[in-house]
Amino acid sequence: MAEDVLKSGNLPENPERATLEGRNKFMGFWFFLGGEVVLFASLFGTYLALRNSTVDGPTGQEIFGLGLVFLMTVILLTSSLTSVYAMYHMKNNDFKKMQLWLGITVLLGFAFLGLEIYEFVHYVNDYGFGFSTSAFSTAFYTLVGFHGAHVAFGLLWIISLMIRNRKRGLNLYNAPKFYIASLYWHFIDVVWVFIFTVVYLMGKVG
Amino acid sequence: MSTTAENKAGFGSVLWDYLTTVDHKKIAILYLIGGLFFFILGGLQAMLIRIQLIAPDNEFISAQFYNEVLTMHGTTMIFLAAMPLIFALMNAVLPLQIGARDVAFPFINSLGFWLFFFGGIFLNVSWFAGGAPDVGWTAYAPLSLFSESHGVDYYAIGLQIAGFGTLMGGINFIVTVVNMRAPGMTYMRMPLFTWTSFIASVLILFAFPALTVGLFLLTFDRLFGGNFFDPEMGGNVIIWEHLFWIFGHPEVYILILPAFGVFSEIIPTFSKKRLFGYSSMVFATILIAFLGFMVWAHHMFTVGLGPIANSIFAVATMAIAVPTGIKIFNWLFTMWGGNIRLTSPMVIALGFVPTFTIGGMTGVMLASAAADFQYHDTYFVVAHFHYVIVGGTVLGIFAGIIYWWPKMFGTMLNEKLNHWFFWLFFIGFHLTFFFQHFLGLMGMPRRYWKFLPDQGLDLFNLISTIGAFGMAIGTIIFLVNVVMTQMKGEKVSGDPWDARTLEWAIPSPPPFYNFKQEPLVRGLDALWVEKMQGNGKIQPAEPLGDIHMPNRTFVPFVISLGLFIAGFGVMYQGAMWILAGIGFATTFGAMLYRSLKDDIGYHVHKEELEEEGDGSNG
Repeated sequence: MAEDVLKSGNLPENPERATLEGRNKFMGFWFFLGGEVVLFASLFGTYLALRNSTVDGPTGQEIFGLGLVFLMTVILLTSSLTSVYAMYHMKNNDFKKMQLWLGITVLLGFAFLGLEIYEFVHYVNDYGFGFSTSAFSTAFYTLVGFHGAHVAFGLLWIISLMIRNRKRGLNLYNAPKFYIASLYWHFIDVVWVFIFTVVYLMGKVG
Repeated sequence: MSTTAENKAGFGSVLWDYLTTVDHKKIAILYLIGGLFFFILGGLQAMLIRIQLIAPDNEFISAQFYNEVLTMHGTTMIFLAAMPLIFALMNAVLPLQIGARDVAFPFINSLGFWLFFFGGIFLNVSWFAGGAPDVGWTAYAPLSLFSESHGVDYYAIGLQIAGFGTLMGGINFIVTVVNMRAPGMTYMRMPLFTWTSFIASVLILFAFPALTVGLFLLTFDRLFGGNFFDPEMGGNVIIWEHLFWIFGHPEVYILILPAFGVFSEIIPTFSKKRLFGYSSMVFATILIAFLGFMVWAHHMFTVGLGPIANSIFAVATMAIAVPTGIKIFNWLFTMWGGNIRLTSPMVIALGFVPTFTIGGMTGVMLASAAADFQYHDTYFVVAHFHYVIVGGTVLGIFAGIIYWWPKMFGTMLNEKLNHWFFWLFFIGFHLTFFFQHFLGLMGMPRRYWKFLPDQGLDLFNLISTIGAFGMAIGTIIFLVNVVMTQMKGEKVSGDPWDARTLEWAIPSPPPFYNFKQEPLVRGLDALWVEKMQGNGKIQPAEPLGDIHMPNRTFVPFVISLGLFIAGFGVMYQGAMWILAGIGFATTFGAMLYRSLKDDIGYHVHKEELEEEGDGSNG
């Protein structure tokens, strides 16, 4: 019985929710994301309260470059789409294609993270905009940095799942794990949409 | 898994058993031991406070030490005593009440406990490392930024670690209730303790992340040069107050709702009547939880948010009195015409109702924003929140411990000593805190190290201290009772109280798989339904079959230990960064191990269950 969950092939329609453990993980993770919403809401609130507290440091309007941020947005949103493809193939029990699309998702995630690091380095070196420059800078790096840390964690998570399961294919034990990793990835994207709007668009225009 | 087998086992194997357990019943015992330890610690700190204030101009302890003791008393009692004791009851009872074999996430349940444990230890290491936090349990900025010792850092990081554990525990119970209920256990048949624990878990889920963020901001400001709360750099100290109370106000409902649940179990059992107005109790619980998120700024009336904001928060706060009043009346109507047995849990419940009502009434007084300017930061506030937290939560916890003690340990606490405990604690409590209302109204500010003679404050402070000794003696009697009961080890039946809910249908203590066959629930108060309409036994919902159980694991301990070690590195920095490296590597390594290693549990086979004979659903 117990060992059956490790067999691949002949999976039911929604393998991520076929076992009680899978259903628990699925639901527990949704609730966890609910908690994460409050976490980011608190960070957004703090940022909104402090975004004009630039003291002597640069303002958002001076440093933000919408071109770079737009590129990052496109990359991250595309990675959400590719993770949807991966889950589509998971439900069709096509492990190879799932791995392929997850691989593309990871590559896009790394591209995003690389651009974000470039962005931060650029701010520090060219504008003297460090973590301790002003209350605005602290709030900016904390909010965007928390998101970046979530992206990094998600990348490590998906990569370790891909490597661990590369030889044995999809089964009822690992399908929920892949599925909630993709949920997490979507959540990160949604948060970024808000960061793009609240931090960058409002910072540049508002 | 009977206790006799454990008695024969050596100390080492019992220790290993508890370090690696994923059984919710054993985790409940761990939470109980941890919670009682910190309750005693917090109680000793309370005694130091009261001895210092026994007379005007007293020099019993220094001002600095007083600040530390005061801060740690509040922090310990809320985060390290009340919360884990509530988790102890939830772990011990909730899965049994809904007919589940286990919780949804046994691993995460264990992780939650060890994070709480190491967080609590971390916080208390500060005593030996240059001084405990000394800025009050609310740690308001900018005071918290200018505290010179590392005390506040211990506060921020220790609570951060413990808070992660609480959050995970909350998610675990939510999913357990949603997904793991036995056949026939619909939402509106769930016992009220399960309901209130469920709603409290939802509050945990949405309240604790705000504290997480607040503590991160505080840590960044103190240790990494952040400017969130530094006005000179454009920071804003009010942000901390908002984040703290967005967490802090739901937190008081997290503390009180499970206590409401405990009394909603005890009162029907000992009145031999079903709970009056069950569905209104459920909706009152949900309404309290909802409103609990809307009222945080009533802690900040004097900050200067303006009359509009103050009025809105005042009205919302007063509205909470309505669902709470519904509950009070429902308890009274449950007793009305009932066949009341004055067992110790019932006597505690009878003490709770008027005490909590007084606390609720002063709550409505405080909710009046205009009047609050007079009460703010006086002993009136101290008296109010001790009436609701001690008179509500702590009485609920002790009533619950006594009520479910036979289910947890298979023994019965001595009733005579239980009554002695209650009356000493209860009379001591009212002596301590009733007079603090008047001290507050006379203008005595809270948190002060000294008060001056000849201001009319001497007598009430003296009475208050005498009362505190009554509470201490009561608690000692309770602990003596625990030790004596366990030494004697006299076993009782599975249903010693002639109770109504599902947990009493199985042996005490229950087998590690709880229910041999999934129970079939045929109504509210499932066991009582069978006692009245059936043969007194719960019918099984499935034939006897293999039972799937989770494997024991040491990983949660390691994950938590890693964060504990890392905390020191983050705090002391410099050469100590190495500790952060080791700690985080340990934590993430253990998480990776958990993620990559298959852990599919094992099965208890049908044949073994048959050999054990009858008695699991009997």
